[in-house]
Amino acid sequence: MEKILKKYKHASRDNLIPILQEVQDKEGFLSEKMLVKIGKHLKLPVSKIYGVATFYNQFRFQPKGKYHIQVCRGTACHVLGSASVMQELKKILKIKNDETTRDGLFSLEIVACIGACGLAPVIAINGEFHAKVSSESIKKIIKNLKK
Amino acid sequence: MSKIIAIVGLGSCGIAAGAGKIFDKLNLFAESKKYDVLVKKTSCIGMCYREPLVEIIDKFGKYLYGGVDENILEEILEQHTKKQSPLNKYVVHSELLKTKDDVFWEGQIKIALRHCGYIDPESIEEYEKYDGYKALRKIADKNISRDDVIKEILDSGLRGRGGGGFLTGLKWKFAKAEVSDVKYIICNADEGDPGAFMDKNLLEGDPHSIIEGMIIGAYAIGASVGIVYCRAEYPLAIVRINIALEQARKNGYLGKNIMNIKGFDLDIYVKEGAGAFVCGEETALMSSIEGKRGMPRKRPPYPAVSGLWKEPTNINNVETYSNVSWIINKGAVAYSKYGTEKSKGTKAFSLTGKINHGGLIEVPMGISIHDIVFKLGGGIQDGKKFKAVQLGGPSGGCIPAHLDNTIVDYDSVNATGAIMGSGGIVVMDETTCMVDIARFFLDFTQKESCGKCTFCRVGTKRMLEILTRITEGEGKDGDIETLETLSYQIKDGSLCGLGQTAPNPVLTTIKYFREEYEAHINDKRCPAGSCTKLLSYEIIPDLCTGCRICAINCPSSAIDGAKKEIHFIRQSDCISCGICVIKCNFDAIKVY
Ligand SMILES: Cc1cc2nc3c(=O)[nH]c(=O)nc-3n(C[C@H](O)[C@H](O)[C@H](O)COP(=O)(O)O)c2cc1C
Ligand code: SF4
Ligand code: FES
Repeated sequence: MEKILKKYKHASRDNLIPILQEVQDKEGFLSEKMLVKIGKHLKLPVSKIYGVATFYNQFRFQPKGKYHIQVCRGTACHVLGSASVMQELKKILKIKNDETTRDGLFSLEIVACIGACGLAPVIAINGEFHAKVSSESIKKIIKNLKK
Repeated sequence: MSKIIAIVGLGSCGIAAGAGKIFDKLNLFAESKKYDVLVKKTSCIGMCYREPLVEIIDKFGKYLYGGVDENILEEILEQHTKKQSPLNKYVVHSELLKTKDDVFWEGQIKIALRHCGYIDPESIEEYEKYDGYKALRKIADKNISRDDVIKEILDSGLRGRGGGGFLTGLKWKFAKAEVSDVKYIICNADEGDPGAFMDKNLLEGDPHSIIEGMIIGAYAIGASVGIVYCRAEYPLAIVRINIALEQARKNGYLGKNIMNIKGFDLDIYVKEGAGAFVCGEETALMSSIEGKRGMPRKRPPYPAVSGLWKEPTNINNVETYSNVSWIINKGAVAYSKYGTEKSKGTKAFSLTGKINHGGLIEVPMGISIHDIVFKLGGGIQDGKKFKAVQLGGPSGGCIPAHLDNTIVDYDSVNATGAIMGSGGIVVMDETTCMVDIARFFLDFTQKESCGKCTFCRVGTKRMLEILTRITEGEGKDGDIETLETLSYQIKDGSLCGLGQTAPNPVLTTIKYFREEYEAHINDKRCPAGSCTKLLSYEIIPDLCTGCRICAINCPSSAIDGAKKEIHFIRQSDCISCGICVIKCNFDAIKVY
């Protein structure tokens, strides 16, 4: 975190989003403490920073799970049944969108189209795509990860 | 043994289908010298439905193989190296033989996508080999003036591919006319339509063509700073465009006095979006680059007059830029030969949904929806009935099957109430519920509204509530009329394109599928059999084996019956979740 801020030594307003992105990349999420630090660095009120961070879907305020599951909510995936995949995931993991399981193993995020619509419905686990998933196949995938 | 070349399609769709493993395996073979093969990579060629794809080039010609797994790969390599012949049954495309996938290629004209799937996107040498940076060189060598570049683009009839369809040449002319010390040129790579991936494939597959287009645009309008604003959801695209920019700098296509044109300085850098659909709108995009919340502002002033940091700015879409160097090379006449009177050239579309050949296509403007769905697209999956296509994503609308003779050009599509949009085509069949689709898009726009305008913020929420009620069987008399009224109010009361077009998916589905809305509201019935809450379930005694699997899985314990005896659903407790249908191994559950 310090390193990132050092890199943007003479940072101005337009560096805010890149800084938030880099910090989240490193830390996995944005905590209140981090936002305060960034605010001091950029000489911006924390409320402004919070305003920007909450505006964009990319930023999260809870740590990710060991396995971060992204479910595509794009049109192609919807038409081919992504809603039932999401429902199944919520059911077996007992968490909602943007939450992390208690044991820190899984977190769930709904994302807009990830551009693999030809293979819909698609989910990504830690960035790795799983193509043509169904509410059945997802159970197996989760079971394998729990091992 | 004879040397062969194997090229693996490593676009994100290919990687999702397992092309990475194939690539690694091939490299292993090459290293261990098991097969005498030179391994290369390329991006997506558009046949997403046949991924992973491997092209083999031997001394006779090229063969594209589809659905390749590790076993098939060995078979193919054996055949080519030992028997020097192709393995016909897996070939999906080749000039040397006919395949049943040939229909996918017939009628396609590749201009914007000319290199995608053919060259290694991470190699500037390959791009240069295929006419890359030739247009820029032509401008420098022949001393083509800035006005003449603009005239060529104007004459070609190229219209912005980001959805608005504004004449690109005209936009450039306005930007050039402004006098200022600094001007910006921006590439809109925010591709917001969920379900469209043309721009992504271009960024991943041919980043240099976008950069060359931007350089030519910068020359024409006099810009010295370029920015590619790319969605963060496209990590591979960001990596590849950054590699390409570095190469372009090294080879002198970016920098000072580019191509020895005195005073022509330009550098381009990438700015990552952060996941907000509204940032695809040009004024919101610029505000996001400035580090603010991405909220649209009123136009005029247009970006050409006062854009990024209040300086003159030109902003175009990815696909728009990738057409530019082709036009400069081959001429405006060659480009305008394709298309219709008011929509020239070709357009890339991503074809998805209930279609057999899902993927990326580029076709001349003027082709009919019918030809796209049934010829290139190979018809509907599982022999189901074609119901509609959705064009233009959340800003667009549905074109029903009976209007499938509609041709794709800006005006004909607009006449149906849909819009051309950026090029996403989602195909729907008889099992897709149109009310649910309208609800899906409203859910999207409602979440993505930036909140500035009351009608867009609150109006879409009200519409979503009504649509959700209807799909859950709680629809009331007058709902359709309320939806229509709200639609027109939102259209009139919104500042930017997001709000102004948000009601389109609802209006077009009401226009063409009103009876489906009425069935939900009046009969509490979903004709497509898709809204689970409106369905009833019953066990067919003749097929029930008494295995108890449905009873065990029913979340509401609504199924009675002892082991090996016929089961029964207590309708009073059934919550219509449909789990029993999925669970039953004997198709013994009737849905109606
Ligand atoms: C809500 C909204 C989202 C948009 N999203 C995109 C987008 O993702 N990509 C894009 O190129 N244009 C998008 N546009 C259009 C841009 O505002 C702008 O017209 C376009 O980038 C201009 O480029 P063109 O003339 O080459 O089409 C969007 C517009 C609106 C209102
Ligand atoms: S129309 Fe909607 S998205 Fe556009 S500025 Fe208004 S509130 Fe924001
Ligand atoms: S709609 Fe899901 S990947 Fe595009």
